[in-house]
Amino acid sequence: MIELEGLTKRYGEKVAVNNLTFTVRPGIVTGFLGPNGAGKSTTMRMMLGLDRPTAGDVRIDGKHYDRLRDPLKYIGALLDAKAVHGGRTAFNHLLCLARSNGIPRRRVHEVLDTVGLSSVAGKKAKGFSLGMGQRLGIAGALLGDPRILMFDEPVNGLDPEGIHWIRTLMKTLAAQGRTVFVSSHLMSEMALTADHLVVIGQGRLLADTSMADFIAHNSRTYVRIRSPQRERLLDVLHEAGVTVVESGGATLEVDGTGAERIGELAARHRLVLHELSPQRASLEEAFMRLTAESVEYHAHSDASASPQRWGDGWKRG
Amino acid sequence: MIEAVGLTKRYGDKTAVYNLSFQVRPGAVTGFLGPNGSGKSTTMRMILGLDNPTAGHVTIGGYPYRMLPNAARQVGALLDAKAVHGGRSARNHLLSLAQLSGIPARRVDEVLGVVGLHEVARRRSKGFSLGMGQRLGIAAALLGDPQVLLFDEPVNGLDPEGILWVRNLMKSLAAEGRTVFVSSHLMSEMALTADHLIVIGRGQLLSDMSVKDFISANSADFARVRTPDTEPRQREKLSAALTGAGARVLPEQDGALRVTGLPLPRVSDIAHEAGVRLWELSPHQASLEEAYMRMTQGVVDYRSTTDQREGFHEPLPPGTQPPVPVPGQGQPGWYAPPPPGQGGPHPAAAPGVPQAPAGPYGAPGASGAVPGAPVAPAANPYARPVPRPGREAAADAPPAVAATAAPAATPAVPAGPAGSDVTKPEDAR
Amino acid sequence: MTAAQVVRSEWTKIRSVASTVWTLSLAVVVTIALGMLISALSANGFDGMDPRQRLSFDPTLTSFAGMSLGQLAMIVFGVLVVSNEYSTGMIRTSLAAVPQRGVFLAGKLGVATALALVVSTATAFAAFFLGQAMLGAHGASLGDDGVLRAVIGGGLYMTLIAVFSMGVATMLRSPMLSLGILMPFFFLVSGILGNVDATRRIGRFLPDQAGSRIMRVVVPLDDDTPYGPWGGLGIMVLWVVAALAGGYLLLKKRDA
Repeated sequence: MIELEGLTKRYGEKVAVNNLTFTVRPGIVTGFLGPNGAGKSTTMRMMLGLDRPTAGDVRIDGKHYDRLRDPLKYIGALLDAKAVHGGRTAFNHLLCLARSNGIPRRRVHEVLDTVGLSSVAGKKAKGFSLGMGQRLGIAGALLGDPRILMFDEPVNGLDPEGIHWIRTLMKTLAAQGRTVFVSSHLMSEMALTADHLVVIGQGRLLADTSMADFIAHNSRTYVRIRSPQRERLLDVLHEAGVTVVESGGATLEVDGTGAERIGELAARHRLVLHELSPQRASLEEAFMRLTAESVEYHAHSDASASPQRWGDGWKRG
Repeated sequence: MIEAVGLTKRYGDKTAVYNLSFQVRPGAVTGFLGPNGSGKSTTMRMILGLDNPTAGHVTIGGYPYRMLPNAARQVGALLDAKAVHGGRSARNHLLSLAQLSGIPARRVDEVLGVVGLHEVARRRSKGFSLGMGQRLGIAAALLGDPQVLLFDEPVNGLDPEGILWVRNLMKSLAAEGRTVFVSSHLMSEMALTADHLIVIGRGQLLSDMSVKDFISANSADFARVRTPDTEPRQREKLSAALTGAGARVLPEQDGALRVTGLPLPRVSDIAHEAGVRLWELSPHQASLEEAYMRMTQGVVDYRSTTDQREGFHEPLPPGTQPPVPVPGQGQPGWYAPPPPGQGGPHPAAAPGVPQAPAGPYGAPGASGAVPGAPVAPAANPYARPVPRPGREAAADAPPAVAATAAPAATPAVPAGPAGSDVTKPEDAR
Repeated sequence: MTAAQVVRSEWTKIRSVASTVWTLSLAVVVTIALGMLISALSANGFDGMDPRQRLSFDPTLTSFAGMSLGQLAMIVFGVLVVSNEYSTGMIRTSLAAVPQRGVFLAGKLGVATALALVVSTATAFAAFFLGQAMLGAHGASLGDDGVLRAVIGGGLYMTLIAVFSMGVATMLRSPMLSLGILMPFFFLVSGILGNVDATRRIGRFLPDQAGSRIMRVVVPLDDDTPYGPWGGLGIMVLWVVAALAGGYLLLKKRDA
């Protein structure tokens, strides 16, 4: 469990993190989202005692980070895959960390095996690809068999197989009752991994809800229905006071009513349905809607228009 | 239009790319997929004339890259975002590129605006974040207003807004009739961006077809069915009725059923006959990731624990055999892509080759292992010294299943890190 | 978290990078070889010296002549031990593992200092004996008055140079910046300040000028240095303590 209370970080005039209060609970994967510059990295660094909060508090299982005896046994973190001395071998890198927290040497072999780096354990880290560096960082996080795990952009540089592996790993860790806190920019990946979301923008807390609630609250959800008895179905829905939007063809769309209720209505009136599918917007759409105002670098929206215009101009000349 | 014919590249003994022939057509976004070390980067480098093919050739608009008249105005590429002199400002970096190919200076300011870097144009790129570096690389690719664009992992380091922007940019470039060739490891992103896919594994072509065909060919469409949560008996009843009708039914994490092998109206009728009320009946296509994992299974050069395929072994429709790694997979010709539109057996499932289940989760009837579902925690998860999902997952599965499936499956599972050469040039570069 | 764990961790760190071996062996080889070369040249040129020069000829100090270059390798060692953490980003991993920054710094510097002390003392003795062998009849023996003190002091001097560099590197973090300041300072600036009359009064209080006094057995005729051998080393220690204190305070205060 990680508890943040009024966490604030100022760099001179600029407020990077503003009065953040939330709790990361065990047993689930909690996603940490926010646009670039929202203060995610600063928050994670403060959780690990690397940056000092200007105000407020972070507690790991009730204690301040620097009060933890052998912190790697409480919380393992992947912050920056390249936070490794390139001249050191993968094994020695992990051994340094293990030694500092009284973790036995054989555990180093175990985590290297878990992340699939055993065959390159004796190779220097500077020859590693981004994906291999990422795996080494994950090995470091797992080293102390901690009950809390924190991953910052864990899939960076991994190939599809690696992405699937880390996703399964995080879910398994959570299913074992551990606290898993993961930040990512990849909404589609988050949608598959996280159960709960903490969203920040410009250093402030924007949302702290379950994945389903987040999507439901920040986008349109509706139910799509197809039926061979379309007319009768329309009558039944009308009688029940359900608003129906006809979206052309054979499908109907219903706002504001759950698929469960429609299913029950159809069953009661012995209506045949060929489709009854709740439609949810993607996490990305919901996220975009929520954070629309707090994005730092806006690209021009008419990306294509400008090169076209220019293209004609100078090519003729 | 990019055209590769018999493209081959050897580094000493190691063949990075073997006999690759494909076309990347204008007007569409073509995704370029493959596991690490499959030869994607080498292929990209050969397209751009950075590496010379050992055999075969690749042309852009009919010319090899190095023969292109004023290549910078015909081809734009984002290969490595960090290939920038850090001490130079973003604007000067682009200006020096523009001057090389006689592009006017005002175009530099235009592309800086397009990628959203105009405010930091005069700052040295050393202080740029990965995402800003990526935008700068994209600006450089757009500089010559080229008809052909190549992007290698374009969304690396971008935030959600940037990812959306890149996706829309690529789609609009393709809509203007340009040729857009994108490599990426992010399947979910590719599914949203690409129209067409070229998949390679171990340097050979695995597939060259549209995204839709690719998914249909490599995995089964399914229906998600939910019965009233309040009456678990209804769920069992429906499950039995559907299985009786020849469907394959698997439980989903949230209590719904995943039904393969029956059309939606048929599922509806069966539920009706069985007197089961439905709370959901929705059509689904497997994800691109699932299809991709199925296709590239056995050609992954480099893997972590033995469990990485967990969740991708939900059985295929009846009558098809599960695709599994096959002995002798290094032989050319073995990777021939399946004919488009054919949802039948994977080419791997060559007749006559002994079929071993790929793992405990691939064993038919191993219903204890719910695909994609987290493994149920053991009585005392913290007592375990190693959070090793593979081993623990196996250990947590019902003993009967583990006992029967595991021994048969073990030999087919490539062991752990697979002793593969992970320091191959592809990775080190 | 015990200090012993941190020490073991830091020992693993220091022995698992190639730069440790390179810098330390360079320091050893340069100090000894250059000392031997200058000793041999001095033995040859002794007969050509005027009486004044002969009187102030210090065989012990001559055999340590290689230290002027050898200390540069010790500086590189001291700087890299600390700033490698920063230049590679390893510092965040390290501080997450050992959040008590005082313990972390003490462990790191303790291990590096102990290693430097062993290597430096061995080097000093080797340089002395080999240098005296080159000097032959003009050489000194370890039993002579003040010689043992000078040899042990030579080892301490090299160690303190390394520790001073560690302190500076902790403050500055960047290896390039630290080396860019320390190397020219010890190689040029200190020498110039100490030899130009106008600045000598200040120059001789610089760490290397004061500290190297301990290696001198024969005091020059017109010597007016206001401190003795141990006093000089004391001045150097004050410099080192100041550098370490500055490093500690900044590490404690800064965000990693």
